[in-house]
Amino acid sequence: MRLRAGQQFEQQQSRFIGVGNVNTTKQEWQSNVHRDTYASLIGHPATLEQLAISLGLSQEELKLQFINKMIQPCGPVTKDG
Amino acid sequence: MSDDLAEIKRAQLQRKALNSNEPVDSFYDETPPRQLDKYDTSIAVNGIDFDDSMETELGKRTLVGQYSAPKELVAEMAGTGDQDDGLVERQHAKSVYSKESDYQRRKYNRALSPDRVGADGETRSYKQIMEERELEREEQRIQQLIKKQNEESTSSREQYIKQEETISEEPKRARKRRWDVEGTDEASGTEPVVKSEVEPVAQPQIIKRRSRWDQTAPAIISELQNEVEVVKPARRSRWDQSSKATESTELSKPVFGAMIENPNYLSDEMLNQILPTEGYEILQPPLDYVPITQPAQKLIQAPVSSNDGFVMLEETSAESLGVKHLPTNIPGVGELQFFREEDMKYFGKLMEKTKESELTIAELKARKVMRLVLKVKNGAPPVRKGALRQLTDNARSFGPKAIFDQVLPLMLEKSLQEQERHLLVKIINRVLYRLDDLVRPYTHKILVVILPLLIEEDPYARIEGREAVSNLAKAVGLPHMITVMRPDIDQTDEYVRNITARGFAVVASALGVPALIPFIKAVCKSKKSWEARHTGVKIVQQIAVLMGCAILPHLKGLVDCIAACLTDEQLKVRTITALSISALAEASAPYGIESFENVLEPLWMGIRKHRGKGLAAFIKCIGFLIPLMDPEYANYYTKEVMVILLREFNSPDEDMRKIVLKVVQQCAATEGVTPKYLKEQVVPEFFKCFWIRRIALGRFNSLVIDTTLEISQKVGVSEVLERIVLVLKDEAEPFRKMGVITVEKVISSLGAADLSPDLERRLVDGMLTSFQQSSDDNIMVNAFGTVINALGYRSKKYLTEIVSAILFSLQNQSPLVRQKAADLIAAIAIVIKNCDEDNFLLKLGSVLYEQLGEEYPEVLGSILGALKNIVAVVGLSQMRPPIGDLLPRLTPILRNRHEKVQENAIDLVGRIADRGPEYVSPREWMRICFELLDILKAHKKGIRRAANNTFGYIAKAIGPQDVLATLLSNLRVQERQSRVCTAVAIGIVAETCSPFTVLPALMNEYRVPELNVQNGVLKAMSFLFEYIGDMAKDYVYAVTPLLEDALIDRDHVHRQTAASVIKHIALGVTGHGCEDAMIHFLNLLLPNIFETSPHVIDRIIEGIDGVRNCVGASVVLNYIWTGLFHSARKVRKPYWRLYNSAYIQSADAMVPYYPELEEDNYKRAELDIWI
Repeated sequence: MRLRAGQQFEQQQSRFIGVGNVNTTKQEWQSNVHRDTYASLIGHPATLEQLAISLGLSQEELKLQFINKMIQPCGPVTKDG
Repeated sequence: MSDDLAEIKRAQLQRKALNSNEPVDSFYDETPPRQLDKYDTSIAVNGIDFDDSMETELGKRTLVGQYSAPKELVAEMAGTGDQDDGLVERQHAKSVYSKESDYQRRKYNRALSPDRVGADGETRSYKQIMEERELEREEQRIQQLIKKQNEESTSSREQYIKQEETISEEPKRARKRRWDVEGTDEASGTEPVVKSEVEPVAQPQIIKRRSRWDQTAPAIISELQNEVEVVKPARRSRWDQSSKATESTELSKPVFGAMIENPNYLSDEMLNQILPTEGYEILQPPLDYVPITQPAQKLIQAPVSSNDGFVMLEETSAESLGVKHLPTNIPGVGELQFFREEDMKYFGKLMEKTKESELTIAELKARKVMRLVLKVKNGAPPVRKGALRQLTDNARSFGPKAIFDQVLPLMLEKSLQEQERHLLVKIINRVLYRLDDLVRPYTHKILVVILPLLIEEDPYARIEGREAVSNLAKAVGLPHMITVMRPDIDQTDEYVRNITARGFAVVASALGVPALIPFIKAVCKSKKSWEARHTGVKIVQQIAVLMGCAILPHLKGLVDCIAACLTDEQLKVRTITALSISALAEASAPYGIESFENVLEPLWMGIRKHRGKGLAAFIKCIGFLIPLMDPEYANYYTKEVMVILLREFNSPDEDMRKIVLKVVQQCAATEGVTPKYLKEQVVPEFFKCFWIRRIALGRFNSLVIDTTLEISQKVGVSEVLERIVLVLKDEAEPFRKMGVITVEKVISSLGAADLSPDLERRLVDGMLTSFQQSSDDNIMVNAFGTVINALGYRSKKYLTEIVSAILFSLQNQSPLVRQKAADLIAAIAIVIKNCDEDNFLLKLGSVLYEQLGEEYPEVLGSILGALKNIVAVVGLSQMRPPIGDLLPRLTPILRNRHEKVQENAIDLVGRIADRGPEYVSPREWMRICFELLDILKAHKKGIRRAANNTFGYIAKAIGPQDVLATLLSNLRVQERQSRVCTAVAIGIVAETCSPFTVLPALMNEYRVPELNVQNGVLKAMSFLFEYIGDMAKDYVYAVTPLLEDALIDRDHVHRQTAASVIKHIALGVTGHGCEDAMIHFLNLLLPNIFETSPHVIDRIIEGIDGVRNCVGASVVLNYIWTGLFHSARKVRKPYWRLYNSAYIQSADAMVPYYPELEEDNYKRAELDIWI
C-alpha cells in the first residue's frame, strides 16, 4: 500500500513538479510556489504589462528577470527548510 | 550365426526364469518372519489362498476397523519406486518443463557456466574461454566421427539382432510386464471385476499399476496372451486391462469403486466373531502345505458375489497414503502457500537447526537471501511483495553472489512453474537495477538462464526475457556483453547460437543498433567458421523482427553487413541471409528500397541457382522486396519471378507452396502489376493448383483464401467468383466452406455491383445449396447475409426461394439448423424490407412467434433475435402477430437464465417499450417490471444495462409511480449487485420522468431505519444527480438536510455515498449559484479526510474536489493550509493529497491565494506592486 502510494506520488511528481507529500519541506514548497507565481505572471500578458509599467522596465527585461529569479527563488536549499 | 542365435535364446530363457521368480523371492526376502507366520493368518473361502501379499508391504494390521481404503490400494497410491502416480504427473504437467518442446528443453543441457567465474568472482580471460570453445568444438567433431564409425560397424549386427527378436515370441521390454509376474504369483486371486465405461471418467487415474483388479484379470487372459499379441500402449492404464478382462470373461460383477475391500477375504478378527470361541482350535497348517499358485487352476475359481456380508475397512493416515510431510512453515520465513519436494533441494538449509552465531557472515547473507527468495517464490502476495522489496532494497549489501547463487539454479529447475519463473525473473530484473556493474562476473550465468526465455511460446515470457536482457545490457555495458556472448556465437550447438542471436538483437535494441553494427559486420565476415557468419546474419534478422520500422535509420548499415553472405559458400548461411533480408524488407516496408539495391542482383542470381529450401528463402526475400519497389520495377520483377512461382505452384514441399502463395499475394498487391497480366498468366494456374479439395483439408487454406482475396482486389469480383461458384456446390464440406469464406471476404470488400445477372443467379443458388447442406457454424449465415445484403434490391427475385428454404429449415429436427435459419432471418430482414416483400417478413414473424416455445436456449435466443430485427424493420403497427399478443409471450421468456435468450428478449422488450408501449396494458408492463428486477442480477453487463434502460421506457409509458414503488421495495433485497442496479434504474427513471416525480418518494424512503435501504437511497441519488446534471440546481436545497444527516452518520458507507452524491451535485450546479450549500457540505465533508479505508477516502476526496470545482480553489485551499505542515505526519498526509489534487487541476488559479509568509525570503513582493 505504502509502496503503491510512493510510486503514485513519483509518477505524479514527474508530471507536476509542484506537488508535495508529507516529506516536503516548507522551503521546497515555497520554491515551487514562487516559481509558479513567476510563471503565472509571465504567462498572463496583462499582468506582465501591468508590472512592466509599474516597475518601468520593458516586458522582455522583466520576463528575463523573473526567469532568473526562478533559480533558487527562496535561497539555497537548507536542511530544515 | 547359429552361435548368436543360441546365445540369445539362452539369455531369453534366463530372463524369463528371472521374471517369474522375482516376486516370490522378494516376497520372502522382504517380510521378516513373524510370530504369526507360524500359521496361516486366514483361510481362503474358496480354498485358494489369494491374498497373502496384502500384509506383506505394510506390516501390521490393527484390530480396530476403520473406514478407509484397503491398504493395498493405499500402497498403490503411495506410488513407491518406479510406479508413477497420477497426481504427481498432474503436478508435473503444470511445470514449464512439461510445456516445452524438445528444442526448448535443450536449455537444461547447458551448464550454468560455473567455470566462467572463479571462486573469488574473477572472470577468466577471454582467451581462455575461446580456447575452451575451440576444444569443445574439436571434441564434438571427434565424437561425431566416432559415433558415425560405430554406427556403420554396428548397424549390420543390430539389424541381425532385431530380426532375431521378431522371430522369438518374447519381445524385449523396458518394463517387466505384469502378467509375466502375476501369472505365477501366488498372491493373485482376487475376483475379476468389470467396470462400466463411465468409471474412468469418474475416477481419474490415481491408482496405478499394481491394482487388485489387474491381478486376476490379466491372469485370466494370460493364457489368451500367448495367442493374441497384445499391443501395449506406452503407458498402460488399468482401465485398458480390465476392459480386456471383460472381453475374455463373463465374470462380471458390480463394484463400489475402488474403496471396497475384496469381500472374499475374511480376516482373523472376522473369523473370531463369526466362529464360536469354544470348541475350536486354531491349527497350524501342515508343513507340506503349499498354496495353489498356478494360474490355470485359478481360472476355475467360481465367480463369487460381491455382496456377501461385512466389509472391513482399514486405517488411513497421511503417512500411509504416502503424503510426505512437507512443511509450509519454514523457520524464519513464516507461512508459505506451498512447499514442494523439489524446493527442499534448494531451501533445505533453512530447515537445519544451526545456530546463527556459528555461521560466517557470507553464510548468514546466503541464508537471508534464501529466505527472501523462498518467500517471493512460494509466499502469498503480501509476503511476496515485502520480500521482493527487501531483496531489491538490500541488493547491494547482499552482493551479487549471494543472490544469483540462489536464484539462477532455481531457474533451471525442471519442476519450475510459470508463475514461479515469472517471480524469479522479476527478482533478477529488480536486482539488476540495484547491482548495476556489480553483476559483471555473473553476466554469462544470467544469460544462460534468461536467453531461453526469448524462444518461449508465451509472449509474456518473451517480453520478460527481453526486459531482463536489456536491463543486463544497460547494467554491464556493450563491450562486456560482447565479450561475454562472443564465445557462444560460433558454438556448434545450433540452439545456443539461436538464443545468442536473439540475445544480441535485444542488446541492439537496448543500446542502439549503430553501436552494434561494427561488431555484426565483423562477425558476418568471420573466416574462421560458417557458424559465426550464420549467427551474425541471424542477429540482423532478429533485430528486424524485434524492432520493426525502427530499423529504418540503420537499414543501409544492416543490409551492408550481410550483403556479402548472400554468396556465401555455405547453403545455410545463404538461406538465413535471404531470410534476414526479407525480414528487413518486411520491417521497413514501404520505404528503403535504395538500401537494398546492392543485394538485388545476388538475390536474382540466387533464385536461378537454388533449389528446395534455399530457393524458398530467396523467393520469400524477393516477395518482400517487391512491395518496396516503384511500380515499374515491381512490374518487371513480378513478371520475372512469376515464371518461377508458376513452376513452384506444383511443388510437393508444403513450405515452398506457402511461401509461393505469400509472394503471389505480395505481387498482386503491388501497384505495377496489371490486372490483365494477372488474369491471363496467374489466375488460371492459381485456381488449378490451389482450389482443390486437398488444399481445403490442409493447413494453409486460410493462406489460399487470403491470396484469392488479394488477387480479386486486382482482377475484380466476377473473375474470381466465376470460378468459386463451382466450389459452392462441391460435395466435400471443407472445400465448400473454404469457398463460402472466400465469397464472404471478397463480396464484403468489393461489393456485388460487378456481378453479371447470370453469375449472380449462380452465386445465390450456390450459397443456398451450401447453406442447406452445411451442418454447422456461423460462417454460412454470415456469408449468406453478406451476399444478400450486398445484392440488396437485386436479390428480390430470389427471396421466394430463400424464404421457403428458411421456413423449411425452421421446421428441421436439428436445433442447429433451426438456429441457423433464425440467424439468417436476422441477417437479411432489412433486405427483405428493402425489396418491399413485407408479406414475407410478416409470414416469417408469425412462424417465429409460433416457435417461441423452443426448448433449446441457443435456438430460442436466435429466434428472439430474428423477431427483434423483423420488428425493427416492419414497425410495431404493422407487425403480425400484433404486439399485444407478442409481448405476453415474452414475459415468461424473460425468466430464462440463458444469456443469449435474456439479451435478445430484453432488447426486444425494450424496443417495444420504447416505441409502442400503448400496444400493451399497464398491468402487463408491471409484470414485466417484476421480471426485469431478476434480470438485474445477470452477469453480463450489457443485459443489466438493457434492463435498466427498459425500466426507463416503461416508467415513461405507464408513469413512474408504480415502477418506482417496485424499485424502492427492491432496495431491501440482500444482494448488493441487485441493489446497485435498482439504484441505477431509479436514476434512469428520474432522468426520463424528471426528478420531481422521483425525489420525494426517494427521500421518504430514506426514513426507513435500515442500513441497506438508506444506502440504496443515497446510491440512487448519486446516480440520479449524475444523470440529471444541471437540473440539480432546483433540488439542492431540498436534499441538503438529507445529505447533512447522511454525512454525520456513524456508518462510513453513508458518508462515503453521500460524498459521491455531493460530488455529482457540485459538478452539476457549478456556476448556478448554489455555492452556499456547497460550502455547507464542505464543512461536513472535511472532517472525513482522516478516513483510512481506501473506498471511503477516495469518495471523500472526490467529493471535496467536486466542491472545489463549484466554489473555486481559493475557498477550499483556506481549509487546507492549516494542515500542510502540521507536526503530525498522519495529519499532513491527507492535506497534501488535497493540495496535490487542487494543484494538478488549477495551479495557475492558486497563485493569488497562497498565504503570505512572514519570512523575508518567502515574500512574493511582485504581487504587492501597484500602479
